[in-house]
Amino acid sequence: MEISGAEILVRCLQEEGVDHLFGYPGGAVLFIYDELFKQNRVKHILVRHEQAAVHAADGYARASGRVGVALVTSGPGVTNAVTGIATAYMDSIPMVIITGQVPTHAIGQDAFQEVDTVGITRPCVKHNFLVKDVRDIATTVKKAFYLAATGRPGPIVVDIPKDVTAAKCKFEYPETVEMRSYSPVTKGHAGQIKKALSLLMKAERPMIYTGGGVVLGEASKELSQLVRKLGFPCTSTLMGLGAFPASDAQFLGMLGMHGTYEANMAMQHCDVLLAIGARFDDRVIGNPKHFFDEKRKIIHIDIDPSSISKRVRVDVPIVGNVKDVLQELTKQMSGAAAGKPDAAALKTWWAQIELWRARDSLKYDRSSTLIKPQYVIQKLHEVTRGEAYVTSDVGQHQMWAAQFYKFEKPRRWINSGGLGTMGFGMPSAMGAQLAHPKDTVVCVTGESSIMMCIQELSTCKQYRLPLKIVSLNNRYMGMVRQWQEFFHGNRYAESYMDALPDFVKLAESFGHIGVRIEKPGDVEGALVEAFKRKNDLVFMDFVTDQAENVYPMIPGGKGLSEMILV
Amino acid sequence: MRHIISILLENEPGALSRVAGLFSARGYNIESLTVAPTEDATLSRMTIVTSGSDDVIEQINKQLNKLVDVVKVIDLSEGEHIERELMLVKVRAVGKDREEMKRMADIFRGRIIDVTDRDYTIELTGSGSKLDAFLKAVSRDVILETVRTGASGIGRGDRVLKL
Repeated sequence: MEISGAEILVRCLQEEGVDHLFGYPGGAVLFIYDELFKQNRVKHILVRHEQAAVHAADGYARASGRVGVALVTSGPGVTNAVTGIATAYMDSIPMVIITGQVPTHAIGQDAFQEVDTVGITRPCVKHNFLVKDVRDIATTVKKAFYLAATGRPGPIVVDIPKDVTAAKCKFEYPETVEMRSYSPVTKGHAGQIKKALSLLMKAERPMIYTGGGVVLGEASKELSQLVRKLGFPCTSTLMGLGAFPASDAQFLGMLGMHGTYEANMAMQHCDVLLAIGARFDDRVIGNPKHFFDEKRKIIHIDIDPSSISKRVRVDVPIVGNVKDVLQELTKQMSGAAAGKPDAAALKTWWAQIELWRARDSLKYDRSSTLIKPQYVIQKLHEVTRGEAYVTSDVGQHQMWAAQFYKFEKPRRWINSGGLGTMGFGMPSAMGAQLAHPKDTVVCVTGESSIMMCIQELSTCKQYRLPLKIVSLNNRYMGMVRQWQEFFHGNRYAESYMDALPDFVKLAESFGHIGVRIEKPGDVEGALVEAFKRKNDLVFMDFVTDQAENVYPMIPGGKGLSEMILV
Repeated sequence: MRHIISILLENEPGALSRVAGLFSARGYNIESLTVAPTEDATLSRMTIVTSGSDDVIEQINKQLNKLVDVVKVIDLSEGEHIERELMLVKVRAVGKDREEMKRMADIFRGRIIDVTDRDYTIELTGSGSKLDAFLKAVSRDVILETVRTGASGIGRGDRVLKL
């Protein structure tokens, strides 16, 4: 029996086990929506802006580890989605974005709502497809899901012209994918792993530096085993938080531009560095020249060969799936020939680290009569017992959430690390909530970021998503203001948020609960009350100290040991 | 340093722009780029001449391999190889230049492939530097038009790039 391209597409999504699809209808995708209407296995979530559709699918993917799926129409549907696609690309999130396109005969005619989707998205996807024949839909969708989830994950765009969704053919979903040009490496090279092990055993000042690859590669358990077995200090990038429990004494906190003193100092002064699923980016090691003022041997495990020796030269590259490589490393370590870490040297090294740790680089004024943003996050951590899924927007609040919400498990911390997309917080929280309907989902945001996707309060109402929004309202674009204070002579050019709405009334107008908290003494009570409301979205507008800065801070272009401290 | 990189890629619409887009997005230099289908119509063979430090060339290789449409990449300049480029030059051929241009074409083992009473079109094949040498040897005001393909390269002996 022949069925339409639109029906084939929906059947493909069912075959892939897609339970939630985030989207917004429009002319070019109407046949697809018609087919979605006729079934109930794939639940469509109607957002209020295509950017949010992609962020929501992204949050769903990050929280669940499954491929997130979004559907948008041609033209402006696609251009609105691009910010979301680029966000997912920078953080290597497995996603499939289906985009409508004008009919094949109209392509290139500057038709209504036409854009060159494949061209526009090319630099911010892992791969993309334009499907010109209905007979290619099934194989293309199969490939898209396979590409999205394997190797270094990433977003895949499938662009389908309207006439292709109307045309008919037989449907058969392929069971396997064959692509001669794509074969991601999984197992690491045993010889390289052996070399790595021998370096680690000889280390006097070792350091383990982990990133988002550990979370994406589901290698949290293997990482914890290895770190404990070695007894080495461990730090994480913004993207890797939660892969190793923050409460563990071997964890030095996040490193980088706003990392802890101990993490950055240990990173700078170690003699052997084991980098796992991390990419030495500019926000992590600062100036690479300064980084190489100190000599150290670097072992780098990554699934993407192009991440290795991109910003820094490494001594022992290991290309492979982090999980497999860590298993092999732990296995070889148990072997008789492996040797043991140098206990005496390690003791001296830890003594040095404890001195750095005693500097207490995350301290802040706890006696203030104003609400300190750090205090709000600490209380949030207490009230949620550290078990919430926490999404964030971008700016100061993001850094405070990363520093003060001590993540114990992977996938609990969801933020736009690479692209730094304001507006990511609430839609990604919607996705996380749909992936984990029974769990607590918090969006930590600021009054500037939340305004960038505020319309999604409407989506939250429609689907009764009981998010808890913790807005740290300092009436400034806080991080912009901080840079202007430090580097631009206190000239706060356009970083003051004049004419803000009354967020309580705003939340109420969407049918939610809004509360404003203005005194430090009210913070804990407000949080407790909000989290009691299991079925309601509560928007908490914390009026915080306007002048608070994120410390420590490595100014742009400076090195890891050149931190500005409180 | 100058490198000549050979790529086998899926003969799909857009594959060329993925490669070209990669070079522009990451700020890599392209001196020349040629591409055409191979004896297997599903594959295209591309030759890119680029330059950069060892680190940059390493990244170019890795980034090319990462493209889903790219099947194989080799850096020809890592071993013995041959490269050739085709140039068509239209030159003025009146008066004393008519004899001179014929002579120059012969010296460079070129062929005159089109003739009018006012001009010749000369076909020349060789390494890029040979073509440069020809252009240098001929007075500039004689040259009416030039078109070059950019280099194509192949490994020497049993160095073979195929599936």
